[in-house]
Amino acid sequence: MTAALQVEGLNRAFGALPVTRDVNLTLERGARRALIGPNGAGKTTLVNLITGVLKPHSGRVLLDGHDITGTNQADRARRGLARTFQINQLFRGLTVIENLCMTIGERDGHCNNMWRSAGSRRGVIDEALNHLDSLRLTDDALKLVRELPYGRQRLVEIAIALAQTPRVLLLDEPAAGVPSSESHLILDVVAALDPDIAVLIIEHDMDVVFRFAKEITVLVQGAVFTQGTPSEIMNNEQVRAVYLGQDSHRGGRHG
Amino acid sequence: MAASNTTVQAAHEIARKRAAECLLERHRFGWAEALPWLLAVTAFFVFPDRMTFGSQVLVMVMFALSLDLILGYAGIVTLGHAAFFGVGAYTVGLAAARLQWTEPISGLFAAAIAAAIVGFITGWFLLRYRGLTLLMLTLATAIMLQETGNLRSDISGGYDGLPGLTFKPLLGVFDYDLYGHTYYLYALAVLAVVFFFVRRIVYSPFGQALTGIRENVLRMHAIGSPVHWRLVMVYTIAAAIAGVAGALFTQTNAYVTLTVFDFDNSAKVMVMLILGGTGRLYGAFVGATVYMVLEDYFSKLSPTFWQFGIGLVLVLAVLFAPRGLLGLLERAGQYFTEKKRS
Amino acid sequence: MPHFAIVAVSILFDGLAYAMFLFITSVGLSITMGLMGFVNLAHGAFAMAGGYLVVTLTRTLGVGFVPSLVIAALVVGAVSVVFERVLYRRLYKSTDLEQVLLTIGLAFMAIATATFLYGPIPKSVPLPDWLQGDVNLGFRYFPSYRAFLIVLGAALIAVLWYAFERTNIGAKIRAAVDNRRMAESVGINVDRLFTLTFAVGSGLAALGGGLAIQLLGLSPSFAVLYLVLFLIVVAVGGLGSLKGTLLAALVLGVFDTAGKYLLADAGGFFIYAVTVAVLLIKPAGFYGRE
Repeated sequence: MTAALQVEGLNRAFGALPVTRDVNLTLERGARRALIGPNGAGKTTLVNLITGVLKPHSGRVLLDGHDITGTNQADRARRGLARTFQINQLFRGLTVIENLCMTIGERDGHCNNMWRSAGSRRGVIDEALNHLDSLRLTDDALKLVRELPYGRQRLVEIAIALAQTPRVLLLDEPAAGVPSSESHLILDVVAALDPDIAVLIIEHDMDVVFRFAKEITVLVQGAVFTQGTPSEIMNNEQVRAVYLGQDSHRGGRHG
Repeated sequence: MAASNTTVQAAHEIARKRAAECLLERHRFGWAEALPWLLAVTAFFVFPDRMTFGSQVLVMVMFALSLDLILGYAGIVTLGHAAFFGVGAYTVGLAAARLQWTEPISGLFAAAIAAAIVGFITGWFLLRYRGLTLLMLTLATAIMLQETGNLRSDISGGYDGLPGLTFKPLLGVFDYDLYGHTYYLYALAVLAVVFFFVRRIVYSPFGQALTGIRENVLRMHAIGSPVHWRLVMVYTIAAAIAGVAGALFTQTNAYVTLTVFDFDNSAKVMVMLILGGTGRLYGAFVGATVYMVLEDYFSKLSPTFWQFGIGLVLVLAVLFAPRGLLGLLERAGQYFTEKKRS
Repeated sequence: MPHFAIVAVSILFDGLAYAMFLFITSVGLSITMGLMGFVNLAHGAFAMAGGYLVVTLTRTLGVGFVPSLVIAALVVGAVSVVFERVLYRRLYKSTDLEQVLLTIGLAFMAIATATFLYGPIPKSVPLPDWLQGDVNLGFRYFPSYRAFLIVLGAALIAVLWYAFERTNIGAKIRAAVDNRRMAESVGINVDRLFTLTFAVGSGLAALGGGLAIQLLGLSPSFAVLYLVLFLIVVAVGGLGSLKGTLLAALVLGVFDTAGKYLLADAGGFFIYAVTVAVLLIKPAGFYGRE
């Protein structure tokens, strides 16, 4: 069966510094894979390569078996690849519901329409409201995003990714920056994701990783160090050594 | 327990309905929207001897409106918008002077198409850039168009321009009159038609996508928006509208010179829009009218004084009223509603 | 000498003099924009102010031309610090558009003030004897003033290059242009650095304005007319780069002069065509950072 996402031999350097070295990664349908590694391992860079923000020097990215290496970010998004950013990338001057309606509108190609009013698309509004409902954001629907507390903004970030109805979802430290009193909201959402979606989550918090992941990939200095199930990784001496000397405190920044 | 659950659910339902209604109703005409049009018609009766000036105000409103589409809604900052105004103005001017084509309404269409073509081609190449690069590229484009006109000043009339143009009566019936009455109403009618289309675009899903590009272009890429294509589209439309404004300019002045391409023109329309407030549709109306009226009054008193004044207004606006006059009105409105509440 | 060679030499010489003027006036703008990302469209007004100061100093107060240049540069540099502290500082975090509008507003106010004080007619300055007439450079006579411009320009380039590449402060500026956040985290006081750079840049602009009087003529509209040129030099050269500004000034200066010599009316076209060509290929300019 074709994997939802396949990464083959991905390489990328910034000048003389290699940041992604010969990375291979597979996400089957319904995968729940965590990407972990010490600071500076190149986790976000890898996600940027997969989503098309960066171009690799060599290697391929395949989505449902199709080679998307030469396509741009927007193309990949339209083919079903969604992501959240480590730092929220939202439409801060617009309301929460507008953020979602925009996403759905772009997904379905409504935004090519210059004539009919956006409001006449009742279906879009209903779907947006459904997404908000499932994330308990309905009460905030008419609030401007920049007026929300950071934790709720993070939820909007995830809502946007989900509103794309993706086949592959890449979450970059979804709970980062969220006060611990609110982080359970994020984690509940992640736990309740559609079982058909293939999910890759970058995370530092090991509790979250072990609770959520069925498989783990460890990235060190841009290369895949090892992969396996949570229990295998947990008992792996070398992984422990790599993390020794690292403060494994929550909310680490660089990936 | 059960009671609080249903109240929570009821609250949810209400929130849902409110959100939906808000979006569904947003594009409906509010009664306040009739105001600018009423004022424009009233001006016709109250200032019958200032109608040539009135036409110029309407031309500038249209020009500022076209800029609002790219600057206010899509968030693109350029310094060469006068290029499209100039293309439209010269399409009509050259057609009348060199081809003896003097039918006004078809002139408008020709100007719109010519300006749209220039807008599409330049937009396709230039909108891949932003910031200082885009400012310089758009500025250079406008100047190059001007210089091209200067090259063949035998055709374009150079900086002396094409004077003494005459146009056929509108719809074969309404002729140009010395007081500019016909042309004022003509300009107003064209503005109304153009505005109708602009308003539809702004409230459409496409218009929504434009604000998305303005707010966070990275996010737009990430949700699959064909950003470049959207920008080129809005740039082309804005160019066409600016072209119509330019065409009206030539028709109402019966005269056009290469100064229509000046950087001064691009800067002026930007100041007007900022003054009124960007991204608000009616900011163009307020800003252009206020600017033109003030300029008319003060530059007669003393051009130097006017220049100093407009500079000062700009500085003060940026420091204290970045969202323009409409923004100030909005804040005042909010202040009063809050006072009423407390 | 064959005719085309004579023309070529004239073009190069005049082009070089013009390029020196462009460099001196624009370099400050390039560094400050590269350092703080602040779009200062009042830069042309600083140049104009320098020019008018020189006019007043030489005509009304009888100060010599060269001392006037120095005084004007120092005064404008000092005054610019006040502007930076009081006004510009508030807009460092603002959008490009707001910076553009504020500084254009200041430029308009400056132009109006100059018109009020000096009138709209172009002014000239009395030059010392050794700057008038021609100087014999062996195979040909060249206008002394332009030769002076070239020599002065070369000297300033040497001084600036040394300051930029070899001193501590220069290293700090380069670091801050490259990556402001990192520079701040290493303890570099970027704010103070910026004030210094801004002052020097504005002073140089004033110097350029003073030099321009004889070369291009000085009237109040100088502030906006030549601003376009300075922006083009900065954009084509790349923000924050000394090398870039110099290269852009040379290329644009020579091309513009060549265009005007060879194609009279069409000449103005060239400088903009070159700008578009360069920016389409290298949007950040010759030495700008992407």
